[in-house]
Amino acid sequence: MNEAETKHSNTKSQDLSLNSGMIGAAVPRPDAIDKVRGEARFVDDLVFSGMLHAAVIWSEFPHAKIRNIDLTAIMDDPRVVCTLTSEEVPGDNIVHVIYDDQPALAAGIVRYIGEPIALVAAEDRASARAAATRALIDYEEIPAVFDPEEALRPDAPLVAVPAAVEKGPNLFNSMRIRKGDIEQGFAAADVVVEGEYRFGYQEHAYLETQGAIAVPEEHGAMAIYGTMQCPFYVRSAVAQVLGLPLSKVRVVQTATGGAFGGKEDVPSLVSALAALLAWKTRRPVKLVYDREEDILTTSKRHPAVIRYRSGAKRDGRLTAIEVDFIYNAGAYQTLSSAVLWRALMSAAGPYRIPHVKVDGRMAATNTVPNGAFRGFGSPQMNFAHESQMDLLSDRLQIDRLEIRLRNALQIGDETATCQRLEESVGLTETLEQAGQTVDWENRLRKIEAFNADSHSRRRGLGISTVTYGVGLGGKAPFLDKAGAYMKLEADGSITIAVGTVEMGQGLTTALTQIAAEALSLSPERIHLAPVDSSRVPDSGPTVASRGTLMSGLAIIAAAEKLQERVSSAARDLDIPKEEIPSRLPEIARVFFMRNIDPAVEGWASGEPVDWDPESGLGNVYFVYSYATHIAQVEVDLVTGEVNVEEFVAVHDSGKIVNRRLAAGQVEGGIAQGLGYALMEEIPRQGGRLLTTGLTTYRIPTICDIPLRSEVSFVEAICSKGPFGAKGLGEVPLMAAHVAVSRAVVHALGRPITTYPFSPERVKKAVTMQKNSE
Amino acid sequence: MQIRIIVNGRPVEREIEADMRLLDLLRDGLHLTGTKEGCGEGECGACTVLLDGQAVNSCLILAAQVDGKEILTVEGISKGNTLHPIQQAFVEEGAVQCGFCTPGFIVSTYALLKSNPAPSDQEITSALTGNLCRCTGYVKIVDAVHHAAKLMHQKEGRSRRAL
Repeated sequence: MNEAETKHSNTKSQDLSLNSGMIGAAVPRPDAIDKVRGEARFVDDLVFSGMLHAAVIWSEFPHAKIRNIDLTAIMDDPRVVCTLTSEEVPGDNIVHVIYDDQPALAAGIVRYIGEPIALVAAEDRASARAAATRALIDYEEIPAVFDPEEALRPDAPLVAVPAAVEKGPNLFNSMRIRKGDIEQGFAAADVVVEGEYRFGYQEHAYLETQGAIAVPEEHGAMAIYGTMQCPFYVRSAVAQVLGLPLSKVRVVQTATGGAFGGKEDVPSLVSALAALLAWKTRRPVKLVYDREEDILTTSKRHPAVIRYRSGAKRDGRLTAIEVDFIYNAGAYQTLSSAVLWRALMSAAGPYRIPHVKVDGRMAATNTVPNGAFRGFGSPQMNFAHESQMDLLSDRLQIDRLEIRLRNALQIGDETATCQRLEESVGLTETLEQAGQTVDWENRLRKIEAFNADSHSRRRGLGISTVTYGVGLGGKAPFLDKAGAYMKLEADGSITIAVGTVEMGQGLTTALTQIAAEALSLSPERIHLAPVDSSRVPDSGPTVASRGTLMSGLAIIAAAEKLQERVSSAARDLDIPKEEIPSRLPEIARVFFMRNIDPAVEGWASGEPVDWDPESGLGNVYFVYSYATHIAQVEVDLVTGEVNVEEFVAVHDSGKIVNRRLAAGQVEGGIAQGLGYALMEEIPRQGGRLLTTGLTTYRIPTICDIPLRSEVSFVEAICSKGPFGAKGLGEVPLMAAHVAVSRAVVHALGRPITTYPFSPERVKKAVTMQKNSE
Repeated sequence: MQIRIIVNGRPVEREIEADMRLLDLLRDGLHLTGTKEGCGEGECGACTVLLDGQAVNSCLILAAQVDGKEILTVEGISKGNTLHPIQQAFVEEGAVQCGFCTPGFIVSTYALLKSNPAPSDQEITSALTGNLCRCTGYVKIVDAVHHAAKLMHQKEGRSRRAL
């Protein structure tokens, strides 16, 4: 397939008049050249003249009053320049994400191990880190709570700041969906199945840890260079702690070494800390976390417990679901209320269900605040709804693929929030294509035959199907916007600036292709400038698989304006329309000589969405992506180890802008999902996380992944997306981990309901099965 | 203490602290920032360099230990503006996403293909198991190594003919 794609893109390397065929082509990444040469500049590769290095003094207790902070011993080293505590914060001592509960530096009380208490700046990193260990903090421990279910009991110690709690002690938020009549729904069911599903943490484990450099600029302004997803969140946070207007904070995103949601809200805190020291010393200050700090003190996927009841007719059609779930937010709100909302929106899966009752709660505990991670609250729910479908399939003796097809959402159907789907629903096609690719029924027979002959190994086939609402949806429609700035340079090249970021996912390439298509130009003519918050209006965060969609729309809007001006200049020059692309340098020269404004701005605002918190109903997202994954595993019954042998992934993300990059996103999601399902785990003892590095937090290596994976796309065109595109980034992980874990359950013929399916847990299930036989 | 080493073909003399890591000498002392720190405990492979032709984690080696030896970093892989076939293959196959692990993979692949010009899937995965990538899922990295092996073979054929 790759060769064919390459040929296709090669034929398009010269300018063509219209419909340049850019969309779908496997254009190579413009950023890859620097990266393979080691020349891409990540934040820790940057140095500024006079730059200091920062270290953080972290809380060592999960819940304690701070009686005294003694930093005198820190100043013993002449290479240490200064220290800083909460009292010196010139603006608000708040890192605002959604609520105002989290301080930049703890003031009088700490609520989790790893909360920042004080800062050190020194001439070099080693001196700063050594100095931080000399801090003497006098703590008075107070009762703490770590388990989210315990935290919600009336006698639990109070964790949360009152301003952050909407619904009672330690209950950050509760949200619900009420559709139809739940009693009627279960009364109409021929069978009812129930399950309880439990999940621990998943750590992002991006290869580049968190980091930022704060650089004082002219007129009291501050610039931030850092690894991040959301420059405009960082800008607000820095402005607030420094007490500066937004116009005096400029945020530049550096090459970002992976993010996966982990660089959505956390860089606001990292940048705020660096900025405080830069403000105090009037010198550039670099703060880069080491791996241990990154694992212990930054956000992760929420641990969760989900209780799920599903009712269905004898023919497999769902009549009702009742879902109750609690997620562990950690000590501060950060993004948890938004995560809770997306979990709620994902509870029903991609199925048509007339009666729906869902209740979700987000509990505060004395643990590190959790946040965004690829899927944003959905992946836990995806395992729950797919486990329920498999239980129904078992009970009703309807094939697992078939029961999904019978319930799959189609155009014209209503979702669990009573949203009527009007277009672009490729779900059924993903199911059918995935089934055909593995030859589902024959494959199941082969597996059965293999298992009948094998004593120490067993194979299984897992299927999972998911939907994902692209963009930020009805909970925060004001964030769904994006700007693009586009300029025709005097030599006929095009400069574009956007406010969403490249973090490895391929956004720069996809947006270059969209611009090339919209302008009918070769992509080599187009350069996307590094993201700098001063170049474009607030374009919202780079999250929710929205980058291509929203910035793509903004670029198209800008391109239309520029095309108009170019066409009019071409008419004056008697240049025929079809020759415009090849004669653009000539036209650009005329722009320059005749003082024609060569710059345009494009703006995109999300389509209207709404959500009613009382009923939980509404048109919550303006478009949805879909996927079906099938995994084949082999379980070693002696060791409990699982080998993922083969993988099939079929996605509907609308029109695919770059097939090779899209396949890369899917393959990466499969690996990350495999890790979540089988190996990634952070044991917690009280408020202390016991995994502190990549030696003990194991992520998949090249030996753990199936090299035989088939990735394909069905393209249900979305009229609201750029050239028909929807979003992709998060969906692969959501579908992949479930296909893997459900394949293990299929192999064993026995449920496991707690993540991850580690060898210990699999072995235990095998032993219990033997004992019961 | 004083050390004399060869880095990317050029002799270097430096006065160093006894506890300085090779990684820090390269990044801070010689401004070769292509070599990355991902974990600091020899697990992720982002800091991989060649030490007398062997792939090693530069975060686990003291600068003092390499006195008199030869180091190759990602910056020394290509000559001038032309990409090395391994780098070209990584670009063409889409084996690069965020790019933070990429220099380590390039260097490990270089070591592999030097000793084994036509590796099997299994030989590739076993040679690269010390390099972690969180973005790509590794599939396109394996493709890229195969592709690089072919490109290098072709190139070698050409240069032999030229002789």
